[in-house]
Amino acid sequence: MAFELPKLAYDYNALEPYIDAQTMEIHHSKHHAGYTNNLNNAIKDSELENKSIEDLLGNISNYSVAVRNNGGGFYNHKLFWDIMSPKGGGEPSGDLLNAIDKNFGSFVDFKNLFNKAAATRFGSGWAWLVKQEGKLLITSTPNQDNPLMDLAEVKGTPILGLDVWEHAYYLKYQNKRPDYIEAFWNVIDWDQVAKRFG
Amino acid sequence: MAFELPKLPYAYNALEPAISKHTLEFHHDKHHAAYVNNLNNLIIGTEFENLDLVDIILKTKGGIFNNAAQVWNHTFYFDQFGKNKIEKLSGPLLIAIHASFGSFEEFKEKFSVAAKTLFGAGWIWLVKKPNGSLDIIQTTNAENPLTERLTPILTCDVWEHAYYLDYQNKRPDYVGYFWSIIDWEVISNRY
Ligand SMILES: [Fe+2]
Ligand SMILES: [Fe+2]
Repeated sequence: MAFELPKLAYDYNALEPYIDAQTMEIHHSKHHAGYTNNLNNAIKDSELENKSIEDLLGNISNYSVAVRNNGGGFYNHKLFWDIMSPKGGGEPSGDLLNAIDKNFGSFVDFKNLFNKAAATRFGSGWAWLVKQEGKLLITSTPNQDNPLMDLAEVKGTPILGLDVWEHAYYLKYQNKRPDYIEAFWNVIDWDQVAKRFG
Repeated sequence: MAFELPKLPYAYNALEPAISKHTLEFHHDKHHAAYVNNLNNLIIGTEFENLDLVDIILKTKGGIFNNAAQVWNHTFYFDQFGKNKIEKLSGPLLIAIHASFGSFEEFKEKFSVAAKTLFGAGWIWLVKKPNGSLDIIQTTNAENPLTERLTPILTCDVWEHAYYLDYQNKRPDYVGYFWSIIDWEVISNRY
């Protein structure tokens, strides 16, 4: 069964002024749609057609580079849209906040580490907050790789992700990636992140 | 001695409509400038401080390599655009293109496909091998052919910042327009 481009739970302009409508529209309807189509083409008429995306990513070293790049692109962007909301921002609470305090010292320390991972990823990629056997870790991956992949340096379940490909911010922020990273904190939907944390 | 950002060898609007003034302003004044500044900050007080740029590229990895190679790559990229059209392609280079790719059209097609299909950020290169023949290679991020002992002749920057303001997701359109601004006298001299 073919993968489908997920609909956004909010309008393209809903994350303004932090992420502009034009960026959201191209990012979703062109980039994410491209990964989805290319993934479907890469698995067409093969046994991979019946596997879940998590299953594909967890065994990605067995599959073609097209499945790796487009499967990652399909999954990563879906997660990215899901953990943002026009009602986002602020700080997490409850178990998630406790885990952040325990693993990083404080929310501010966590934020600084995450920002550093996002700012220093050279070229295209993603910054992640990862749950790994009850621990929380911050990592980054190149291109469309992610921590679910068996070949990832740091493996685990991604619960927060930030796209730092230039296409994610160039129309509004151009070379100023740090400004985009800072803006992202205003649209993080901590309820969704907490759900993934479990 | 600190490295300096080279001036663009033409006006910011000289490459329109292929590459807009807006894109060149960011690409040269912000991106290229940042690589120069970062490199200078990273090598100050180190054993690399007094080396020339190519030596730094050949002897380093990580942050110093990334910034040094990006300084070199962008200078090489910006220098190759201008007004000398295809008639200025020299005989020896044209013969080498025919010998290596069959025809100029086949070379152009192969280079364009490489530029459209590189996944993520990087560069496409026409290179001269030690035996004089030509090849097309893709490199990721800041990597360049110097570390492989190949001689670069032509390059296309396919980091998204090179085309996103003008073409957004349509990299193939950027690659198509790229051919209209190459200065073939500069390219021939490199060969
Ligand atoms: Fe993206
Ligand atoms: Fe560039």
